[in-house]
Amino acid sequence: MKKNASLTRLFWTSFSISALTFGGGYVIVSLLRKQFVDKHGWMTDDEMLDILAISQSCPGVIAVNATFMAGYRLRGAAGAAAAVIGCIIPPFGIIFGLSFFYTAVKDSPAVRGVFRGLLAGVAAVIADVVVTMTTPVIKAKKVLPIVIMFAAFVANFVFNWNPAFIILFTAALGIALQLARFFRRKMAQGTGDR
Amino acid sequence: MKYLELFWAFFKVGLMSFGGGYAAMPLVQTQIVEELGWINMTDFTDMLAISQMTPGPISINLSTFVGARMGNLLGATAAMLGCIVPSCVIMLILTRLYRKFRTLETVQCVLAVLKPATLSMIAASGGSLFLLSVFGGEPRDLWLAGFDWRAGFDWFAAVIFAVGLVLLRIKRVKVPPVLIMLGAGVLGLVFSVLPAVNG
Repeated sequence: MKKNASLTRLFWTSFSISALTFGGGYVIVSLLRKQFVDKHGWMTDDEMLDILAISQSCPGVIAVNATFMAGYRLRGAAGAAAAVIGCIIPPFGIIFGLSFFYTAVKDSPAVRGVFRGLLAGVAAVIADVVVTMTTPVIKAKKVLPIVIMFAAFVANFVFNWNPAFIILFTAALGIALQLARFFRRKMAQGTGDR
Repeated sequence: MKYLELFWAFFKVGLMSFGGGYAAMPLVQTQIVEELGWINMTDFTDMLAISQMTPGPISINLSTFVGARMGNLLGATAAMLGCIVPSCVIMLILTRLYRKFRTLETVQCVLAVLKPATLSMIAASGGSLFLLSVFGGEPRDLWLAGFDWRAGFDWFAAVIFAVGLVLLRIKRVKVPPVLIMLGAGVLGLVFSVLPAVNG
């Protein structure tokens, strides 16, 4: 199963995925699956799906989460390091190089023109992402997620609350709800209702 | 000291962003632009645009960019490491709990309420980019009584936004986002060299 998964190959596989993928983490993890499962046969699709589910539900950089777990499964800590380093070198190098170029030209009228267009384009891309991700939440017609969604939006956009605070508050709310559910179940069992 | 501050600022971003690069964007905006004032909103949106158009994870691109601006190679390294260290530590812990984690009821329950909140942050961040692009204002300007909507209106940006969104939403065409941004950038360049239409 894990044949051929040398540290060097792990590194170059994750390096090439990261270097050639436009569009961020979600695109990178789908390519990760293609390479690790279909091309190299390093793990089963089930294992990879578990890794993808975990890496997307944890905080942090999704692509780093996924390459770390996949590398770790194959070659332990060294594998995780090889895969993660492969994943971060291309974007780090490209952006570091570009940052000098950007500082030199950012105030020229032509470059301002490019960014005037780019900003509108980025706003459209984010609007598309938001519509795509919001639709299933609305369609599920569950009250709580919809209320949280609107409340969090108003808190941040209108009242300028710190996003980190809103995330922490919501996480605490989730834990409280889960505890309430747990105790209600306990009580129901205790009094013999069920 | 500066490098430690960079590391810590992006460590918090990495720790709080549930949902990848788009979720990191509002956190970076609040931390780096609004609270610390390390870079201004224009530079931030420029960096965001570049981060989305270059390969690799968006939050790695963004942290490297801010770090490089603040403190060259060391700054870029500190910021980028701050961004990925939470990922690595959490993953290291979870590889031990692997299968248990996925079905853990509490985790699923917390995620079920976190997802819509994260989504709202992304929407709010996108909203402020839209306002800046099309109206030349920020969200807080909206609530100022004297805000003049027409003064900062950029019809060029409005058209790019509308056409871009429509192209992205048409399922049959499937225009990749990178192409939309490239097209928008090229049009922006063309319009900037045409003096007659350059508002």
